[in-house]
Amino acid sequence: MQELAIAFFNGISIGSVLLLAALGLSITFGLMGVINLAHGELMMLGAYATFVVQNMFRPLGEPLFNFYIFLAIPVAFIVAALVGLLLERGVIRYLYGRPLETLLATWGVSLILRQFVRSVNWQMVIGLGLFSLLFFGGLFFVKRRQDWEKIRKWARAVLLVLSIGISTTASILMGNLAGQVLTRPWFSARNVDVTAPAWLRGGFALGNFQVPYARVFIIILGLVCLGLIYLFLNRSNWGLRIRSVTQNRQMSACLGIPTDQVDALTFAMGSGLAGVAGCAITLLGSVGPNTGQNYIVDTFMVVVVGGVGNLLGTVLAALAIGSLIYLIGSGTLAFLLSSVDVLQPVVDFLSFFATTSMSKVLVFALIIAFLQIKPAGIFPPKGRTAEL
Amino acid sequence: MINRRLGRRKFLLYGSATLGASVLLKACGSPSEDATTGTPGSGSGDTIKVGILHSLSGTMAISETTVVEAEQMAIAEINAAGGVLGKQIEAVVEDGASDWPTFAEKAEKLIDQDQVVTVFGCWTSASRKAVKDVFESRNHMLWYPVQYEGQECSRNIFYTGAAPNQQIEPAVDWLLENKGREFFLVGSDYVFPRTANTIIKEQLRAKGGTTVDEDYLPLGNTEVTGIITKIRQALPNGGVIFNSLNGDSNVAFFKQLQGSGLTPDLYPVMSVSIAEEEVQQIGREFLIGHYASWNYFQTVETPENQTWVEAFKAKHGQDRVTNDPMEAAYTMVYLWKQAVEQAGTADDLEAVRAAAIGQQLQAPHGLVTINPNHHLSKTVRIGQVRDDGLFDIIWSSDGPVEPLAWNQYVPSTRGYACDWTDPARGERFRMEGV
Repeated sequence: MQELAIAFFNGISIGSVLLLAALGLSITFGLMGVINLAHGELMMLGAYATFVVQNMFRPLGEPLFNFYIFLAIPVAFIVAALVGLLLERGVIRYLYGRPLETLLATWGVSLILRQFVRSVNWQMVIGLGLFSLLFFGGLFFVKRRQDWEKIRKWARAVLLVLSIGISTTASILMGNLAGQVLTRPWFSARNVDVTAPAWLRGGFALGNFQVPYARVFIIILGLVCLGLIYLFLNRSNWGLRIRSVTQNRQMSACLGIPTDQVDALTFAMGSGLAGVAGCAITLLGSVGPNTGQNYIVDTFMVVVVGGVGNLLGTVLAALAIGSLIYLIGSGTLAFLLSSVDVLQPVVDFLSFFATTSMSKVLVFALIIAFLQIKPAGIFPPKGRTAEL
Repeated sequence: MINRRLGRRKFLLYGSATLGASVLLKACGSPSEDATTGTPGSGSGDTIKVGILHSLSGTMAISETTVVEAEQMAIAEINAAGGVLGKQIEAVVEDGASDWPTFAEKAEKLIDQDQVVTVFGCWTSASRKAVKDVFESRNHMLWYPVQYEGQECSRNIFYTGAAPNQQIEPAVDWLLENKGREFFLVGSDYVFPRTANTIIKEQLRAKGGTTVDEDYLPLGNTEVTGIITKIRQALPNGGVIFNSLNGDSNVAFFKQLQGSGLTPDLYPVMSVSIAEEEVQQIGREFLIGHYASWNYFQTVETPENQTWVEAFKAKHGQDRVTNDPMEAAYTMVYLWKQAVEQAGTADDLEAVRAAAIGQQLQAPHGLVTINPNHHLSKTVRIGQVRDDGLFDIIWSSDGPVEPLAWNQYVPSTRGYACDWTDPARGERFRMEGV
């Protein structure tokens, strides 16, 4: 009996990590049809935001330091949402309706984000800031001219080259002058240490078993995010607009809904959720430039199995996959079935897969088999949907 | 609402412009880069070129970047003291990126293109196995500073890290005497932990311990719940956990271990891949009270160690720590230098190889000698993590332990040894009277 309770809790806790990671992707993939391979990197950025917040709180000492996590969650959300907004405005907006190009472009962005985290230093930030200021500021002023239409093409090119040139030279000069202060990478390629606050370490005992506080926190966080998303999508004006744009973009545009803004908001929200997931995973493992890679595959699996665009499907899929990985990987399933003699060959088969590596193999095989029966996931989208 | 699509012509135009600009920027940026990152040169004349091949990025970067620093520090010291055979050493640093095919590729590049006279490199056994063929086919020389699983004795590799009988076996013996007889084995899923666990299982069988269960995590994986359940089921009242996880899986393992209430008094964890550097990265609050087995700890009290630690901290920062692979890397550069000076040449690798055997050095952890089987005699120590993140040395062997390349517990290699000074014996020969 206690085995079942433990298995239940562990399955939910693994599932809640998957759920947090997959909520954001379910929104961007489900509501917008955008395959975002940079989702893992957005999680990673949320984790790094948590690291920065932790470092800001560290000198404040013990009582305040324990509450840094409550500030870290909104900060991670905002950081990831801003990056997602940038991504949407800069790259994905041009590629709607073209899933293959979106896939490649976002994969490229994921590589850029990973290297950015490894090598970002003040010099780079200053250079980028200068460039944005010069280019977009210059564009802003030039657009006000009377002969804008005529000089548009070469004005852009000239501004681009000029801003790149000036910002690059300025940042290199400053780097050479100031030396290590400006050129030292903020994070470097190595992993960073994010320590959970004291009240999240350890756990409370339940009989023979100890329930880790960190896991409970993640489950609660997942439920809260789920609730907030549900309320936002179904009870607010912007949620209504998002849903209408998903169902029929052109009709919504006719009705006066600003589809551009809706797209940007949806993508930013999905990315922000990825940032919150990143904050959660700092409680479980290490944070480094490659952290996102560990989660991206599982996240896509959850979204695909759950049915694209369906919150309930995502929840069920996350719980199911999490529970399966745990039950097979820890040998609990084999153990539970071993009491029935007839099922002995099944037990042997499951025992072979009862390690962490092999359990993933079996789970993926089961997912593939499941997708053969139900290709659109647990809850396929109903009705006719106009292709973008 | 205008649909701003990116057509093919515009894409090609912008794409080629970006490509051209980036190539231009890279070309302009190169001269201001550090001179030790691959500047072409003949290597003859005033400098001797050596290669450094480690993971500077990826899941293993957490560990390997410190080894690079130790090697570069040794090279800088040797250069400041006049160099080798009167010539300065120039290091070509390459990044294996925690990807084993990349290691092989970079090894080929170092040997064929950069024409280095030796390579200091690798950490994981997977990376070493990937480059082994490269070094053997080109009859080159690799110095490998990390403890490993043994069962290998290549003519072209010098193993300056611990062999299993200098790290794992003494640790198991100590655990059997002091902590318990039931072992749970956990490791990353690649060659070192699997082979190490084979050795441990055989040793336990021979000495009366039991292996209750084992499990493996893919490198970089962070979901440890299943393993913790297995530990509870197999060891309900406590027992020994032998940990050969590598890289950042360790962070997840110890964080979640503590969260599940498995404390060091009932479930002591002996690790063979966690040193001072990893304690910092994981967070010392999760590791206090657990054990590690190495030849070197920063707290070893020898005059050489005191000098080295002070110099390292002065150069890289007072909050930095030193650990066993760093010490082995630092030592092996000096051993190579001694071999080259005795042979009188750096280019004739046969002469250097022959001269290397028998080289002795008072390393920071103690006296080391290069044995005919290309391994090092090293002192064995067991440490326990203490509050400041360093180790209390709670056991130490009486003197340097001779290395055994082929493990004597595993049936397939029992009775075999390796000797490169005798052409009749070579990599693997049967010892007499066994």
